Amino acid sequence: MTTIVPPPAPADPGATSTDAGDIAVEIQTGWKLTLREFARNKLALLGVGILVFFVLFCFVGPFVYHTNQVATNLLNTDQPPGNGPLGTDSNGFDVLGRLMLGGQTSLEIGLLAAVIATVIGTLWGAVAGLLGGLVDAAMMRVVDILLSLPFLLVVLIVAHRYGSNVWNLSLILGVFSWLVPARLVRGEVLTLRVRDFVSAARVMGGSRTRLIFRHLIPNAMGTVIVNITFQIADAILALAALGFLNFGVHYPHTDWGSQIADAADNLSNGYWWLVFPVGIALVLVVMAFNLIGDGLRDAVDVRLRKR
Amino acid sequence: MTGYLIRRLGTAIIVVLGIILVTFLMLHIVAPSPAQTVLGPKATPAAISAWNHTNGFDRPWYSQFGTYLNNLLHGNLGWSYKLNQTVDSLFKEKAPLSGFLSLTSLVVAIAVALPLGIFQAVKRNSFGDVSATTLAFVFYSMPVFLVALLLIQVFALSLGWVDANVPQDQSLSGALAHFKDLILPIVALATTAVASYSRYQRSSSLDVLAQDYIKVARAKGLSERLVFSRHLVRNASLPMITLIGLSLPVLIGGNVLIEYAFNINGLGLMFVNALSNDDYNVLMAYTLITAILTVIGNLVADVCLTLSDPRIKLV
Repeated sequence: MTTIVPPPAPADPGATSTDAGDIAVEIQTGWKLTLREFARNKLALLGVGILVFFVLFCFVGPFVYHTNQVATNLLNTDQPPGNGPLGTDSNGFDVLGRLMLGGQTSLEIGLLAAVIATVIGTLWGAVAGLLGGLVDAAMMRVVDILLSLPFLLVVLIVAHRYGSNVWNLSLILGVFSWLVPARLVRGEVLTLRVRDFVSAARVMGGSRTRLIFRHLIPNAMGTVIVNITFQIADAILALAALGFLNFGVHYPHTDWGSQIADAADNLSNGYWWLVFPVGIALVLVVMAFNLIGDGLRDAVDVRLRKR
Repeated sequence: MTGYLIRRLGTAIIVVLGIILVTFLMLHIVAPSPAQTVLGPKATPAAISAWNHTNGFDRPWYSQFGTYLNNLLHGNLGWSYKLNQTVDSLFKEKAPLSGFLSLTSLVVAIAVALPLGIFQAVKRNSFGDVSATTLAFVFYSMPVFLVALLLIQVFALSLGWVDANVPQDQSLSGALAHFKDLILPIVALATTAVASYSRYQRSSSLDVLAQDYIKVARAKGLSERLVFSRHLVRNASLPMITLIGLSLPVLIGGNVLIEYAFNINGLGLMFVNALSNDDYNVLMAYTLITAILTVIGNLVADVCLTLSDPRIKLV
């Protein structure tokens, strides 16, 4: 029994190979290889480019382009472009400045909601997968039940009561969208928990908490990270739907969905500058996250195939 | 098969019971009592607690849940305190139009996405495939209400082909009398569905094309047309069954947004109005019915898939 050599606790998914020869090689190249594969994907890089542009536009833009986004200016409403680069909206706010402000909210909530969902989902999936048996069955039935609830309707019901600021909306969107990551992580854990390095950790007396946080979750990270980009895209779309139905963040804040709602009211007046900039921005950002997600998935997949 | 069906049905029943419990608890937490809605914003606390006592809203939650479950089993979805009508009758009035919208757009979406995805797979990386994939990707990233606004802008306001105002009649026959004006909502719903279905259809067709039985069919000298119609189309369409079963919550969510965008007097718009009116029984009934339909949809899809694909063995 003294000859048992504790295998290194691999902190990255590349090192899960059971072949000792592979481990040394893959520990060095796991994430690097994924990144290199990702960098070869032109569409994914386009997504990164779009995203970087919008992050700078929304968060740095207001420092360069100063506008008053707090006090309405009712003598100067619905002015076409020319009166400010993108005109003004029906409260007299500068549309370009409004776009930056709304983008901040949409990006923040998208990211926060996705992180909340991923944390809950990952823990839930890892615990269910590791414990197995009745606990697993019960936990997964909970996922089935919540997955059957229509996401938009449930979120609307809760958001219209408790929503209206960034934290609450992120929490609401996150708390109802952890089900897919939970299923994904459970699937990963089910294959991981019978692997030798997990058995070894268990035999050496590693607690369940240690198994989950040191061995199972780190090795499921590839799947989790691919999923989180799609979660962000979905959360941004869901927030836009809430805003469109007038259940987004409240004045003086704004989000892209609320701006589209304003544009919808003025569509028949021919105020195209209210709908096109925000519509294009929303679609581009969601597309960027989807492109990045696709790119990451391909990168992770290629690595899996090579193994 | 029978054993599987029974077990699957058993799980479905457990899930439905769970759904009822979760929706009830959500109602209970979000809105413990409709007293304020009924008595108005100026009601005194004494009047509210008296009303709660008379109507049983001061009982513990499990006792109220018992009543809720009992009512539900008797087909009683509750009372809309805002519209002074039973929720059942509201649904009977509005469901046909919303159902028509959902079903028509689903049929249109399948009719477009199935051939499109197969075409894309067969002509992989051609100009047509690349443009279709790009378009699908753009629409996949576009919220359905934005598609609706675009359609209104182009076809109603710029080109003037249809009226931007849809018929306000809430009965199906009344709305169908102006069918032309229902085209845009249906197209908007179908477009977003096509965007996601065609992606699945394309990849499942690619999987099938790589299978040995396609090679065998070609090797034995079948014409390409027969290979496609007999072997490719049938096998590649199988995942669509699952997809349709899963698409119900998305369709209903889309209905909410589309009916709001076009001001169509269906269940979706009723839901949005109920939100602003704190009409919780309506909100819960709609959520509950959608959830239960989702479970049924998944169950039916699973069974259909088994019946149409003999390779799937159920134990």
